[in-house]
Amino acid sequence: MTNGWVDIKNTDMMLIMGGNPAENHPCGFKWAIEAKRQRNAGMIVVDPRFTRTAAVSDLFLQIRAGSDLAFLGGLIRYAIENGRVAHDYLVNYTNAAFLIQDGFRLDDENGVFSGFDAATNVYDRSTWNYQEAEPGKVAHDFTLEHPRSVFQLLKKHYSRYTPEMVERITGIPRDQFLKAADLFTGIRKDGDMKKAGTILYAVGWTQHSSGTQTIRTAAMLQLLLGNVGRAGGGVNALRGHSNIQGATDMAGIFDILPGYLKMPNPADKDFKSYLERTTPKTVKPDPWESFNYWSNTPKFAVSLLKALYGDAAKKENDWAFHYLPKIDRKYSWVEIWDDMYRGTIKGLLAFGMNGVAIGPNSQKNIDALKKADWLVVCEIYPDETSEFWKSPGISAEEMKQIQTTVYRLPGAGFAEKDGTFVNSARWLQWKNAALPPPGMAKLDQEILARIFLKVRELYQKEGGKFPGPVLNATWSYTDPQNPSLAEVAREINGRAVADVTDEKLKQTIQRGQQLPGFAWLRDDGSTAAGNWLYCGSWTEAGAMIQRRGTDDPSGQGIYPNWAWSWPANRRVLYNRASCDAAGVPWDADRKQVWWNETQQKWVGVDVPDFKPDSPPKDHMGPFIMNPDGVGRLFAPAAAFVDGPFPEHYEPTESPLVNPLHPKQSSNPIAKRFHSSMDKLGTVAEGYNIVCTTFRLTEHYHYWTKNNEMNVQLVPEPFVEIPAELADDLGLRGGEKIKVTSARGEYVAKAMVTRRIKPMQIDGRKTYQIGIPIHWGYRGISEDAGRTALKLANLLSPAVTDPNANTPEFKGFLVKVEKL
Amino acid sequence: MPGNLRVQAISGHSGAAPGSGAQRQERVAKLIDTTTCIGCKACEVACLEWNDLPFRETAFDNTYQTMPQTAWNYWNLIKFNEHTAADGSFHWLMRKDQCMHCADPGCLAACPADNAIVQYQNGIVDFQQEYCIGCQYCVTGCPFNIPRFNPATKKMFKCTLCTDRVSQGLEPACIKACPTGCLHFGTKEDMTALAQTRAQQLRQHTAHTNAGVYDPAGVGGTSVIYVLHDIANPEAYGGLPANPRVPWAVRLWKGPLKWLGNVAMIGGLIGVTLHYLRFGPKKVEEHGK
Repeated sequence: MTNGWVDIKNTDMMLIMGGNPAENHPCGFKWAIEAKRQRNAGMIVVDPRFTRTAAVSDLFLQIRAGSDLAFLGGLIRYAIENGRVAHDYLVNYTNAAFLIQDGFRLDDENGVFSGFDAATNVYDRSTWNYQEAEPGKVAHDFTLEHPRSVFQLLKKHYSRYTPEMVERITGIPRDQFLKAADLFTGIRKDGDMKKAGTILYAVGWTQHSSGTQTIRTAAMLQLLLGNVGRAGGGVNALRGHSNIQGATDMAGIFDILPGYLKMPNPADKDFKSYLERTTPKTVKPDPWESFNYWSNTPKFAVSLLKALYGDAAKKENDWAFHYLPKIDRKYSWVEIWDDMYRGTIKGLLAFGMNGVAIGPNSQKNIDALKKADWLVVCEIYPDETSEFWKSPGISAEEMKQIQTTVYRLPGAGFAEKDGTFVNSARWLQWKNAALPPPGMAKLDQEILARIFLKVRELYQKEGGKFPGPVLNATWSYTDPQNPSLAEVAREINGRAVADVTDEKLKQTIQRGQQLPGFAWLRDDGSTAAGNWLYCGSWTEAGAMIQRRGTDDPSGQGIYPNWAWSWPANRRVLYNRASCDAAGVPWDADRKQVWWNETQQKWVGVDVPDFKPDSPPKDHMGPFIMNPDGVGRLFAPAAAFVDGPFPEHYEPTESPLVNPLHPKQSSNPIAKRFHSSMDKLGTVAEGYNIVCTTFRLTEHYHYWTKNNEMNVQLVPEPFVEIPAELADDLGLRGGEKIKVTSARGEYVAKAMVTRRIKPMQIDGRKTYQIGIPIHWGYRGISEDAGRTALKLANLLSPAVTDPNANTPEFKGFLVKVEKL
Repeated sequence: MPGNLRVQAISGHSGAAPGSGAQRQERVAKLIDTTTCIGCKACEVACLEWNDLPFRETAFDNTYQTMPQTAWNYWNLIKFNEHTAADGSFHWLMRKDQCMHCADPGCLAACPADNAIVQYQNGIVDFQQEYCIGCQYCVTGCPFNIPRFNPATKKMFKCTLCTDRVSQGLEPACIKACPTGCLHFGTKEDMTALAQTRAQQLRQHTAHTNAGVYDPAGVGGTSVIYVLHDIANPEAYGGLPANPRVPWAVRLWKGPLKWLGNVAMIGGLIGVTLHYLRFGPKKVEEHGK
């Protein structure tokens, strides 16, 4: 989230799309309700189904799964055409005025951007960049009228997203679209900057082959409306698990290191070339300033290497940079399973996730495990992954053929562990264990530590390939076999390895002391920090993440002394943009930060997300993490692999040909796999119903099917289908149906509802259905034989978004039969 | 019976309730704002857990609703209804269903067992299972279809409005669990004012121009009040009666015709006495001879 859960109460208008917070984030949703109750805020919900969120909205629009970008593109067009844009904000805080290289264009006819190589499905992105008046100085036109200005190119790009086009693609009737567009952009009516609107989304946007670009479109819309950096504004990702934000921050992903440092690749010959590649250089219009905070990358990277390898990381050996893995290609979730399916990965440690159930294309994952040598599953219940060898449909003969050795480790549940959760609002919140793990169950860190120490012991005894990273990893915990998470948290915050002095502050942090914040990080090896973003979370003053202060002096829900949020305890990111160019808040009633002329610094109720002493007259850009200092309507310099402007592409399985450019219907560089298990279906083959997967309030993933209370609330799987489709099939609610995709089939009872209506997609009647994902072949109902023992993800395709590598779990094609 | 709640009325009891009038207690009420209910069922779970109600097997029934109606071990149920309004607009209505704690409780009026149903001065109507005779007359008396019979124990059950919590100054468990704040608890006066303010806000600032407060006069008002999007159509919310009343038969039986019952009872006693005098004590025939 750019903002935070509590901040939603400050909004005047909500667009909730690609998410269903009332059902999946009911506690956080209280702030959306609060905005309705206290501010009469409007709420627009756009979803494939009329959800429990829709039930409390002011306006609901039913959209076809996989067409969100077209809707948002339509909103951009509407905002520009109707003058509902924040003009001063656009000129001063975005790259609207920057000029783009002449070679960049969208080939309307073929539906691809300049630089596309059809033979390899790769873009040469060299034209996707600013024109430079001289090196580092961007050519610009602050009147926004230059035909090569970002604003004019943007206007032209989205001029094609007319209400009629939006209707053809999304199925949302023109008049309803216009109603929503008027409502949402209404906060900028007549250029008034007082109000703020927010966008809330979740995996309904990410789980598509153009997911990243959909979220970018939302960010662009918010920049156009001047909603970013504002209380009650922003682009807010509602994270789906209690600690998924923490998992991302700590690099639970293959292509980043902790704190979003880039992963080295084989071309990085040494640390210098790695830094050269990954440290952005300032690019800006001549009259402006840019903080370019990522220019500190060397400090963050050296401190990380010092945290990882301690004394073994020295200046002379490039801070042990050669110990870090170098990625030569993608190793995302779907690739891992594909590698195992092809036999190149021989073993898997599965901790806290049920791999075959979470899919996509579950049967391929089940078959992949059959080929592995070993599988270790750490769980609190017997799950589908650890019992893949007896998944329904397998024959006794086939079972005998499986040679995979399965080890099941008893893990600890969330209430049995201490540590932190990082929520969607970026708050690191410490929790205490409620009770000890039962029986032989062990804490995650003990299991991992014991495995690591055993591996290290083997390296010590027997040697092996490349022992350095294992032998030299720092492991200085009081109990090495079971490190306390408080010690780990302190290590992540970071400490001074040698005395560190700040000449300007005339202050010294002594060797061994915890660092007070990331401004203290150095690239000379005198500091160590496991994640620069978390620096400041556990200082000499104590555990900031354990704070429970409930004071909220501003009334804006900032709660500065409650836990700690990254970065630097800022609650709203880019909050400099809550003020006009002169440093005066756009809305006097919701002042966040402002320029204090007397003190010559930025002050406020939140921590300024800005260079604190940069006066407004210097015109430093508020988006300090971008090297250009501005919000990007156009993403230059290869930020995204599939286009600098988001373009609507159809899901890889779609009921229609993209009306914008029939020659290139789906995302040309979405990742597709080509094994015999990776089939895609077409309308011609009878797969003519759009299917989306979803989650219920009453269940948590594949976990609560083991808990009586949750099972009581929703006892068995079902498929939501429109009443009209049920009539076509001669089907009544509660009767069983079979849903088939090109990859598999799913059987469950039908929930016949009027909450999903038939749609007109490009003039053709199209049905859409929804499947909640929560069941499998192990659980209370499953063990009692009360469910069909199928996984919903047997249906979903392993096609991924090319930027974030998220699979397309939503908006694929199926056919439906009555059983 | 929680010691510090004052009794207002007792079932099957002639004369004033002992202790009533000795002390005044303010009436309490639960406010349920259906316009901000998200049907999350946190209140259902909180009710089960606080009251330690045993697991009940449920079955899929083409709805998100946990079960068709409340049960002897399931006192709090959100009713889900897909509703198309007269103007063609579609709504998914969610209403937390439970005992309404009527000011004029039909169950209490109908109950023949002394002390089995009590009404406290604060408005809570509570069943006392140790005095319940399982006759189920309370079902007849209730216009909201709430009292439920446990066939195993032959006792009646329903929402207690958490008398055990309320008597100790706590809010009911369902209120505490509600994540959106659609549930409120306080004095009836405060809750009524809050409900009216909210209904007015809805009428002025949203499309719900006919929003209103449900506090039906036919049962003397209730200690559970609703804010509804459309006050003219409570039936759309899973059968909330538009004008609930205590059935006339119950009213007659316990009101004007009470003497008839008494006469019948006395007549019966006279009959038994005459029978005894005429035929003497009944002899038990010996078996096994």
